[in-house]
Formats: sequence, C-alpha cells, structure tokens
Amino acid sequence: MIHSLSKKIQKIKFAYLSPDEIRKMSAIKIITADTYNDDGFPIDMGLMDPHLGVIEPGLRCKTCGGKVDECLGHFGHIDLAMPVIHVGYIKEIKKLLQTTCKSCGRILLPKEQIKEHKEALEKVEEMGGDILDFKLVAKETAKDASTRHLCPHCGAEQSKITLDKPTSFRENGHKLTPKEVRERLERIPNEDLFPLGINPDVLRPEWTILTALPVPPVTVRPSITLDSGERSEDDLTHKLVDVLRINQRLRENRDAGAPQLIVEDLWELLQYHITTYFDNQTSGIPPARHRSGRPLKTLTQRLKGKEGRFRSNLSGKRVNFSARTVISPDPSLSINEVGIPVKAARELTIPVRVTEYNANVIRELVKRGPTPEEKEYVPGVNYVVRPDGRRIKVTEKNAEPIAETIDVGYIIERQLQEGDIVLFNRQPSLHRMSMMAHEVRIMPYKTFRLNLCVCPPYNADFDGDEMNLHVLQSEEARAEARILMRVQEHILSPRFGGPVIGAIHDHITGLFLMTHGDTRFDIHQTIRILSRFEDIKLPKPKEENGKKYWTGKQLFSLTLPKDLNMSFKSKICQNCDTCMKEKCELDAYCKIQNGNLICGTVDEQVVGAFKGKVLDKIARDYGSDRAREFIDDITKMAIGSIMIFGFTTGIDDEDIPAEAKEQIGDVLSQAIKKVRDLVNAYQDGILEQMPGRSLEETLEVESMKVLGQARDKAGQIAGKQLGLENSAVIMARSGARGSMLNLSQMAGCLGQQAVRGERLSRGYWHRTLPHFKKGDLGAEARGFVQYSYKSGLEPTEYFFHSMGGREGLVDTAVRTSRSGYMQRRLINALEDLKVKADGTVRNTANTIIQFEFGEDGIDPSRGIQGKAVDVDDILLDVLGEKVFAEVIKEKVIESYGIQEKDLTSIEEMGEEE
Amino acid sequence: MDKLDVRSNELVPQHIPLSREEEKELLKKLGVRKGQLPKIRKSDPCIKILEQIGEVKEGQIIKIVRNSRTARISTAYRMVIKG
Repeated sequence: MIHSLSKKIQKIKFAYLSPDEIRKMSAIKIITADTYNDDGFPIDMGLMDPHLGVIEPGLRCKTCGGKVDECLGHFGHIDLAMPVIHVGYIKEIKKLLQTTCKSCGRILLPKEQIKEHKEALEKVEEMGGDILDFKLVAKETAKDASTRHLCPHCGAEQSKITLDKPTSFRENGHKLTPKEVRERLERIPNEDLFPLGINPDVLRPEWTILTALPVPPVTVRPSITLDSGERSEDDLTHKLVDVLRINQRLRENRDAGAPQLIVEDLWELLQYHITTYFDNQTSGIPPARHRSGRPLKTLTQRLKGKEGRFRSNLSGKRVNFSARTVISPDPSLSINEVGIPVKAARELTIPVRVTEYNANVIRELVKRGPTPEEKEYVPGVNYVVRPDGRRIKVTEKNAEPIAETIDVGYIIERQLQEGDIVLFNRQPSLHRMSMMAHEVRIMPYKTFRLNLCVCPPYNADFDGDEMNLHVLQSEEARAEARILMRVQEHILSPRFGGPVIGAIHDHITGLFLMTHGDTRFDIHQTIRILSRFEDIKLPKPKEENGKKYWTGKQLFSLTLPKDLNMSFKSKICQNCDTCMKEKCELDAYCKIQNGNLICGTVDEQVVGAFKGKVLDKIARDYGSDRAREFIDDITKMAIGSIMIFGFTTGIDDEDIPAEAKEQIGDVLSQAIKKVRDLVNAYQDGILEQMPGRSLEETLEVESMKVLGQARDKAGQIAGKQLGLENSAVIMARSGARGSMLNLSQMAGCLGQQAVRGERLSRGYWHRTLPHFKKGDLGAEARGFVQYSYKSGLEPTEYFFHSMGGREGLVDTAVRTSRSGYMQRRLINALEDLKVKADGTVRNTANTIIQFEFGEDGIDPSRGIQGKAVDVDDILLDVLGEKVFAEVIKEKVIESYGIQEKDLTSIEEMGEEE
Repeated sequence: MDKLDVRSNELVPQHIPLSREEEKELLKKLGVRKGQLPKIRKSDPCIKILEQIGEVKEGQIIKIVRNSRTARISTAYRMVIKG
C-alpha cells in the first residue's frame, strides 16, 4: 500500500505547440490521403502508416516495436501548403492584431505606459495573484492599446480590424489572409508580449497560425472492421483525409501557377476542413457531415459536454463488480438487507487472500468450482490468482486439481455469500441516502429485493425501477461501508433531522387497523401475527366472557423499548379546541408508558417515514441498532395485521347517498349563480372594486373565492358520508396514501381548473371553447368543473381538466431539468469541502470556508430541532411527567418531533415527489 | 453632510481588527497560514471606514461577530486584501 505521495505537482504550464515541435514529435510525415491498399495493408506515409502505432493484434509498431497494448501510438504530421488559422486561438489572434501596430508590431502604447502595465503585471505575479488576476491586468493593457489610431513608435496609421466569424479577419473591408496575419504576429517583439499576458519563453503568437498539423496516432482513431469485412474509418480519419486531399490540390495548383481565385478558394476550403477538424460545431459554418448525413464527431466534440471524455470517461466510469436489475419488495427482509438473485451472486466476487489459517477452508471452497450444486446456495470460486499474478479461471473440470495447488499467498475470487456487505444505489443520486450499504441475502428469481421502508430514501417504487449494486473489494472499504453507510445509520436524515426510513402505505394502514380503538385479536389471529417474529413472547391475554383475547395496542407494544415514555397527538387528531387527552373520542391522543401503548392510534405521525415521532425518538435515544429492529418489527406486525383484516379500495368507496349528491348539486348551482351575479354586476358597472386591483381582477378574485368555497363545501358534504369504515378514508386519515382532497375530488366535485393560477381564459377568440358565447365570464365557461371523477365530466369540463393537467406535466418537466442543473453546479462548487476534526470546514487547499460547521457545529441528524440537546425531553425524563408539567405550565407536553413549519415543507416535498 | 458610518446600522455585524499578538494566537489555534483565511476587500464599506480611522492595513485580520440563526452569535475571521 502506498501511504503518501512522494512527489507533488508544483505547477502545470500550458503553451501552444510550435511548428518545430509538431515536426519534432512526429514519427512520420503524412502525404497520402489513402489509408489501406487493396490487400488491406496500410499505405506508407498514409493516415494509417504503421509508424503511427498499432491497432491490430500481432503487428508491431514501426516506430517503437511495441505490440498492441505496449505501444500507445505516435503522432505524425501534415505539412500544410499554406498557413491556416487555428479556430481555438481566434480570440487571442484578434486581441493581438488589435493591440499591435500593423507595420512595426509594437504594442500601440507609448513606452512609459508599456512599462507601467508591465510593472503592474509583475506586481501581481510577485503578490502571488492567481491566473485570474493576471488575466484581468493583461486584459486592461489590451483594452488601452486597442483604442489607439496612430502607432506611438513608428507613427503608422492603424485601421480597424474586425473578426469575420469564424476564422477570417477584415481590415477596412479588405480580407486578411492567414499568411498576412502570421506575418504581423511574427513582427511582435518578445518584450511586448509580456504586458499582454503572454510568456515569450514558452510561446510565440505566430504559432496560432498553423503551418503543420499534428496527426494523432491511430490508437486515437482506430478503424473498425465490420462483419462484412468492410473497413469503417473513424470520424477523425475521415476529416484528416479531407484535409490531406485539399492540401494536395492546393499545393499542386499553387505550384502550377493557377489563377489567384482558384488558389484562394482552395485555401478557404482547407481552412474550413481544419476548422471543422478541431470543432465541428463552430458557429457560422455548416458542420461537416458523414455520408449518411450525420455530423462528424471531431476533436472538440470528443471532449465536450455530458457524453464527452471528461464527464463520461474521467469524472465517471463504468465499473466491474457491479450489477443492475429490476427491484421488487420483500417485507421479510430487514431494512439492512438486500436480496440478490443467485445468478448475479455467482458472477459477483470478493477477493480473498489465502493465509495459513484459512488455506484448508479455501481449498474446499475452490473444490466446489464456479457452480456448486448443493441444496442451499453456497458460494463457489470463479478465479484463482497465483502469487506470480496469473489468473486462472476455475471450471467444473479443473476445480479439483486447482484446489490442490492452492497455497499461502494465493488470492481467490469468491462468489457472494450471505452477510457480505454491498453498496446499493438508485439514480438520481441526489443525497447520501441514495447509496447505502446492505447485507447480502441470496434469493431465487431475478430481481433485487428490498424492504419497503427503504423506498423513501431511494425514492424507489416497483413499477419497473432498476437499481445498481456494487461489491466492495477491500477490507477497508467493507469496514467503512459497514460503519458509515449501512442503512440503519441513515434512518435520521441530515436534511431535516427526522427519520427518512419508516413505515409507508400498507404498513401504516396495517398498524392503524390494528391499534385504532379497541381492536381485539383471538388466539389464532394473534399467533398468526406473532409467528412472523423469531423470538417473541406471547403477552398476557385479557379475558372477557371466558374468552381470551389480545388488543392491538398490546401487540404493537411488543415492538417498543420497555422504558419508552412519551405522549403526543396522532395524525387523525382533529385539533379540537380543548384536547380531551386520554379520553379522546377519536383515539387520537397517543400515550406510551414504559413501552406500552396506553391509548391512541398508531398512524403516520407515529411510525411513518418523514414524520414518525416514536421512530424519531427510538432512533435518537436507543441507537441505530434498536431503531432498525423497531422498523423491522413494525413491518412484520403491519403486514401480519393487514393480512388478517384484508384491505381493498375501489371506486365504489366513493359512493354517496342521493341526498348528499343533491346537496352538493345545490351548493354548486348556488355558487355558479353567484358567479353569474358577479359577472352581471361587473357588466353593469356596479361591482365594487377591491383596493389595489382592477375591476377585471376583482371579478376574477371574487369568483375564484366563491368557487373555491363551493368546492370545499362539496368536499365536506361528501366527506361526511364517508366514515372511518371506508378504506379510502382510512388511508387518507392515517396518512398511508392519498388525502381528503383527493377523496372529495372523487366523490364531490373537481373544482376550478387553473393555468398559471388563473381561471382558464385562452383558446378561441374571446372564449375558451366554441361551446360558449363570446365574452362569457361565467363559471362553466372559464374552467369550473362541477362534476366528480366518480360521476364523470362533461366534455367541456374534461377538456378544461386536461388543460390544468398539462400545465402540471410541463412544470414538472421543466423543474426537474432546472433543479438537476442547479444540483450539478452546487456539487461542483462544494464537492471538496470537508468538516475537519477541529470543527472547521475546509477545502482541499486547507483554506477555511467556515470557522464552525453551520456556525454552531451541530449535525442536524444528531441534534434535535436544530439544537444540540432537547432540554425539555431531559427534564421530562428526569422529573417525570407530573413534576415536569408543573415546571412548564401551560406548555403542551409534546416533547418530540419536528417543528410544525418543517413539517409543512416536508409535506410539500413529498407531494412533489 | 458627513458620510454615513455603515457600522451604525444594526444589520452590519461588528468588525474588530486584531492586534499582532491576537493574530499570532489565532493562526496558531487554527493551524493555518494567513492566506488560508477567508478574505475581505479593502473596498468593503466597513473596511473603508476602519482604514480611514487608521485601524486597518492590508494583510490584517478582522474579527467579525455576527448574529447567527443557528448559534445566536458566531465569529468569523477575514484577512484584508486589496481591491
């Protein structure tokens, strides 16, 4: 292991390649535009010359003699018949032309000023200013110089030089040839380069005009042989062929003394080919295309953007020891575990070093070969690496002999076995909980299995989601993953300090059904639920009429720590004016005493992901091991319970009696009439204007208000008909899925549809649809939907509803792309920051960013509501409830949980997700 | 009219220049060179005023005590640079 670097990079210098350097590093001069001859051999001095390196196995490089993987390839070069401008340097060329004299080449500033600028630059260098400061000063010089019209040195008059995009310069309308440009740049004396920010020791400005073009090695642009035996060349090769061809024609024409016009045309063409060779997306010129019409991928395109070399090959790579497949749920797994199909487990390996202690075990392991056929899954061995580095593939046939040869110092590659630790990830990886460490469970079939409670942090569902898995290869990595990345260490989120892993959907419903009111289970049901647990004692039963029974609260209490004490309100709490506490009619006041649920209903506020208060307290006070156990237990309990009750919902859950329907109809028609009255009042000019609003706005606001109230009222009427015996209501009230608003839209009325927060108004001339009169401002004409999903919509209403729905879709599409870009920028800026041992936040240069992390040094996932300690909770623990209540009079004992305002923001986020 | 002293505004945190000894102590405590501290420009309104009074030179360290949402009061240090 290398523990420290012995060398440190002091600085990196960037300069241009000079024509001399290009020729010096060239292995061969390329003159022929052809690649291969008829026999399939590369043509000498052609683009595939063997001096440029080898791509075919068996051949040797003519320059260095290396074989395919030994020789990296060598550059060649093309001598250009006429000089050509390099597009990448066009800005610098323009700057130099504008700041220097056309006849003597000096900077267009008096001697004293040049000196001043030079000194300013030297000072920046001395003060240790970075490149940005340096550039800034040099830019200043250029700006000063480019405004001159007379050369202060030779008195020559200067004319204006403009850049004719992308690569030609014009002086007073007359075109400058690259040759002329090069001559001018050659005239600039060395001592005048420094004030312009150029170090003459490393580069001369005329090198920006190419007289020789480097030809990259063939390894950079390998040709592919198709199945048909046909050769297909790389885009770069195609482009170089073009360059060579035109270069040849240009030379011939020039030497033959062809008319100036023809030579110039060919010169232009050569410029075009070289420009597109560097960058095929230069604005102002058409991109060079392949025969099929596809634009060529030239040098810049290889590097740039998401699919470019940097983002897709250097910052991120494809890796070995990884797997990807569809995910599916399995409530019998612990949250810490992940189910891996046998097929994947047999491919993924972990290297194990043979020592004198494990040699015998490993020999047995190798003897099994790569596909042991035992009843249960047992790991086999795929490869054996000998101490001399040779890798031997283990097959069924050679397993036994190889096993014999195994000795200390060998490394074997063992297949996954139960209990191994692996990383599990789902894209987009937006936060650290997107990649967590799981323990392996080998399972049949072909999907990755995971506990449902870890869906929220991954934002996973099972509608075809795929996830990635990575097998750690070193002991250090495994130890680190186990300590830092295990799922149980991420129950509390650093985003808001609450649990992100917890009961969802059916778990909440199951626990709700189990604990709401006085639910009783007979012995069979109780045992059926508890049989899911490995080690659990049947609690003492209660008796009535000689029949033994257990209450749901009793069973739920089995999952709680024995010394847990807390009390709070459940999700179903209606926020009555005076809280009835223990005697709450809705059973919404939760009280836990010594690990027993005395009263109250278990729902989202108790165990739910993001909100569960008991979950939060257990994770904080009892540690991650206990919290994991708790989550695993409630999963089993909830599944057991819901399987006893059975649970289903359908559209007939939204059936409401005819009277209620009539009532809703009355409310809505009244509202519509009211809007009509408002419109009439507006048209008669007697509508009272609201302060700060125009008359039209007043009408809009008023009608929106009326219709909004009507929708709510309809929802209330419908809601009254739907009680807690209704499955949909159970889900909504317990927080398992859906909301009462969803329900009232199904049973009552859909309400006003809006685009950009306003009533619908666009479409046709002065109306939304041709079904209405022009200028109709009434409720129906402006997107009010008075029917429900259950009853079905009018055609016009359906159209309006689609308009509203479309806006939502567009918004999400726009929002995800925008927030993705924001996230990328933010991560690029912050990725190297680290909290050091002394609490300061520093970057890799060890400069201080924050003197104390978050100014208070508190990890939000460890603290409580942003504070390091919860004094109230400690007091409650120490003093007991009664004394505590006296100490803090008036204050409701609601010690645990997330602040109300955080809750609403979390809720909003949840809805977006 | 006299120019407004920005320091009198309640939204402007306290800027306290450190003495040589204090600077030394601070740098030792943090284990950093001066250049590794965050910077503040001399053109910063607060530094301008301190400079006029003659309390601040380029390269000096300023202690800034401000109200913090998380920690009530937090201290930061910045080195004065030109600009």
